[in-house]
Amino acid sequence: MAYSGWRIIREALTGNTGWAPVWRDPDPKPAYDIVIIGGGGHGLATAYYLAREHGLTNVAVLEKGYLGGGNVGRNTTIVRANYFLPGNSEFYSHSLKLWEGLERELNYNVMHSQRGLINLFHSDGQRDAFVRRGNAMINQGDDAILLDREGVRRHLPYLAFDNARFPIHGGLYHPRGGTARHDAVAWGYARAADRRGVDLVQNCEVTGIDVEGGRVTGVQTTRGAIRAKKVAIVAAGRSSQVAAMAGLRLPVESHVLQAFVTEGLKPVIDHVVSFGMGHFYISQSDKGGLVFGGDLDFYASYAARGNLPMVEHVMEAAMTLMPAIGKAKVLRSWGGIMDMTPDGSPIIDKTGIEGLYLDCGWCYGGFKAVPASGFALAHLVAQDRPHESAAAFRLDRFRTGRGLMDEEGTGAQHNLH
Amino acid sequence: MRLPCPHCGVRDRREFTYQGAALARPDSPDWGEAWDDYLHNRDNPAGETRDLWYHDPCGTWLVVTRDTVSHAVHGAAPAAEGGA
Repeated sequence: MAYSGWRIIREALTGNTGWAPVWRDPDPKPAYDIVIIGGGGHGLATAYYLAREHGLTNVAVLEKGYLGGGNVGRNTTIVRANYFLPGNSEFYSHSLKLWEGLERELNYNVMHSQRGLINLFHSDGQRDAFVRRGNAMINQGDDAILLDREGVRRHLPYLAFDNARFPIHGGLYHPRGGTARHDAVAWGYARAADRRGVDLVQNCEVTGIDVEGGRVTGVQTTRGAIRAKKVAIVAAGRSSQVAAMAGLRLPVESHVLQAFVTEGLKPVIDHVVSFGMGHFYISQSDKGGLVFGGDLDFYASYAARGNLPMVEHVMEAAMTLMPAIGKAKVLRSWGGIMDMTPDGSPIIDKTGIEGLYLDCGWCYGGFKAVPASGFALAHLVAQDRPHESAAAFRLDRFRTGRGLMDEEGTGAQHNLH
Repeated sequence: MRLPCPHCGVRDRREFTYQGAALARPDSPDWGEAWDDYLHNRDNPAGETRDLWYHDPCGTWLVVTRDTVSHAVHGAAPAAEGGA
């Protein structure tokens, strides 16, 4: 079934009775060429690119719950390519380019909205840092515009420019940055992968990874054993548990990151605004809710919910930046389980076990990475060598100290990112 | 979340700084697998864990035993005394 405006009109006039499920719900087969553990954004994108780029369709995605029920449904939907360090820079640049063609490619409305992202600065030193970042972005081929105070005011007149502690001096404007509809990305990739023959197996929890003679041979699941020539672990916050089934201990600690949404309001914020000094960022969903979040709670957690001190901190930051937000009522809050690495950058690599691949460590940047992560992991699994856009995401960089990507410059150590 | 400081009683989480998993420091001063493991790799348990917290007001390093899924806190003891 192809989606079109015409189809929507026809369905609207006939009571929306013509829609059918858009992917199959198959039982797992006894064997596949490739098994992907994890049916989130990254896993589904990997399956899609394995089929499209490499013609590999004897593939299963195993999901312990339902498709897209993890972090791809628990984020703040921001899509951007404003990274600074080599390694990250080309990867996120590639990802944004994939985002820009995604809806046409998938024939699925992921509501990708390039409404522009503005990172605010409040001091001369911060301005210098953003000039440098902007130059790095431009050198990468992406877009960055330095705004002075009046430039920011033209875009965001509702901010508190004269705050005593953090007066707004300007901002770095990334016009191609924006948001996308989080669930739709997972659904779009799921539908496209299914149509190319990939089995998406839900309610199928992996309970063991079979390794014989240093080579992966399959997985044990709650729906029986499945043989596989290659297995990819794409389990985000649960990566440590899945990797432990193969005897691996990862440089990952799982933390909670909270986010919030207000009741639906009329259009008020038409950008993504990032207030780094308060670890606060905000945008408005197409439904009208103000979606915002802050920093980690900063302790290891799988609770998928946070504690009140960070709630208070985020609300304080919101009031500092835009006092008008005090009129809005918070509707919901939630937490995602972030797979944090010591340097705050991800891992897409082989493991010491032949045929076992790893895609994890997305920290709090996983959503925007979905297309490029799937693209790069598919390349790695299919060709057994990294794609050039993700060659820096090595598992051994912590042991060797070579190629660490610490965007914040705080040190490659747990609990600093 | 509130944590029990052995000196100060049960106190608000805001008084504490999380310092990561409570791990045994390698004996050898030389760089190698043991140090890589100590600095970077983690069991990262979903369930009971032992981690280090610093109680800012009284300056005590604590080993806290707690559950990473439920946020239940089982106990805390000074790291200098071997922890909880």
